Amino acid sequence: MRGALIIASFALQESVRRRVFVVVALLTIAFLALYGLGTWQIAKSADEIGDTNSNGIEGRVVAGATLLGLSMFATLFLGAILAVFLTLGAVRGDAERGLLQPLLVRPISRGTFLAGRFIAAASVCAAYVIAVFLASAVITDIFVDWWPDRIVGPALELGVAVAIIAALALAGSVVLSSTANGIAVFMLFGAGLTAGLLGQIAEALSSDTLADVSKGASWVLPFEALYQSALSHITADTIGFTRFAIDLGPFGGAQAFGAGLWPYVVVYSAAVGAAALWAFRRRDL
Amino acid sequence: MGAVGDALAVHELRKRYGANEALKGVDLRIGEGELVGLLGPNGAGKSTLVKIACGLVRPTSGSVTLGGAIGYLAELFRFPDWLSADELLQLHQKLARSPGGAAERRELLELVGLAEVAQRRVGAMSKGMQQRLGIAQAMIGDPKLLLLDEPTSALDPAGRRTVRELLENLRSRGVAVLLNSHLLSEVELVCDRVAIIARGEVVAAGSPDELSRAGGVEIETGRGTRTFSQATREDVPRLVRELVDAGEDVYEVRVIRSSLEDTYLEVVGGR
Repeated sequence: MRGALIIASFALQESVRRRVFVVVALLTIAFLALYGLGTWQIAKSADEIGDTNSNGIEGRVVAGATLLGLSMFATLFLGAILAVFLTLGAVRGDAERGLLQPLLVRPISRGTFLAGRFIAAASVCAAYVIAVFLASAVITDIFVDWWPDRIVGPALELGVAVAIIAALALAGSVVLSSTANGIAVFMLFGAGLTAGLLGQIAEALSSDTLADVSKGASWVLPFEALYQSALSHITADTIGFTRFAIDLGPFGGAQAFGAGLWPYVVVYSAAVGAAALWAFRRRDL
Repeated sequence: MGAVGDALAVHELRKRYGANEALKGVDLRIGEGELVGLLGPNGAGKSTLVKIACGLVRPTSGSVTLGGAIGYLAELFRFPDWLSADELLQLHQKLARSPGGAAERRELLELVGLAEVAQRRVGAMSKGMQQRLGIAQAMIGDPKLLLLDEPTSALDPAGRRTVRELLENLRSRGVAVLLNSHLLSEVELVCDRVAIIARGEVVAAGSPDELSRAGGVEIETGRGTRTFSQATREDVPRLVRELVDAGEDVYEVRVIRSSLEDTYLEVVGGR
């Protein structure tokens, strides 16, 4: 564990020295400012927000949930970018540049090295998406006067989702070159989003087949399942026509994956870690 | 198997990369404080052997036994350009659990002539400085064996002399060194033993003197040059006596020595 923490601290130190976090912080401030501006404009222009209209739909809730859902989508995307760029060349890329060999000879085990890189990337990315999600929720509350039904659960789900993306990118870095790995992980991320879109189409068309495909894909790529679950939890207590209106919106297909999701995520992460370690141990450097 | 006191014992080591057999059953031992040079043409298997000893490459079969901690400098290495020399050594101290602290870092940087630039970033150092820093890095934690893969390839003559003196200093401290180098003169100057690898096999091994074996004796007489190809320096008084007794006038005697380079070229098939 000590070796893993040294590697994690080394990886984080590199990100600090290379001003990765400064760039991320500046861009995130810009994103939140834009989000705040958009939320303020929508709140100002929609007169009915805050009132229940004649159909019994609480416009404030629909607007708030939709805007926060949009922010969660963007937050996960930003977190995925961070996760991929912090890990895409961690093994093969660094080995090809001759950076990895002096560290492994020390000796630290390959498992320790992978654990260290994962701790660094996952902790930074998870903390990042949780912070941005909470900031978005506060901005939404300020301008739309709506607070999500659940806050801790969705924040954790987004955090773990991005940690899984970091784990996949780190595992990919063992066998793929940096460029190929970056492309592969973003394509997986895109596949997850497509699965979510299929779920929304399935909801609109009442198609069981599409719903099954969407759910299956979300289990295969559990960062999408966690994102879907987080989306569904922010309106977990919303019922009636307002619920119906949210379901018709862009994030209406969001579904909860039940109590089995968390144990599954643990097993999935362990399997990704074990596969990465197996491949790394077989790799000649 | 390695004997007690061996810093490195390599037994029947084989490595296959697909159809290519890089090592074909290599045996090598390095005793405590021994300085062994590894010579061979490109692609002979030298770096593979060193990397297997470091645990960076998995052998196909055979065994490697280490007598203690190792330090390693790769042929194609790179250090993070955002770290200073001192920070790099600090990182390796932490990983190697070296208790040496600032004193060890200062001593190592002084040894390789980088004490003045301890706070300079690696990215702002010349290749030669980085190579010397690499040697200092390899020495962190007082290793029992240093594996140096072409440690002087980027150094100027003064830098090479510094490294030679450093290697001699290490030997006096009981540190064993496996020096993988293309520079025969350098190996000849500092190494206790030399192993020559070609096509994945050790084709010659011994001390530099043994490998620079005698190549006969030439004697200039009144009747021309007489060559005694099997004779050594010890045979000279007898040969001269016999020639004088036979009535010949002897003008000059030359003991012909084959250099390490000649032996190297002969065993690797270079001529």
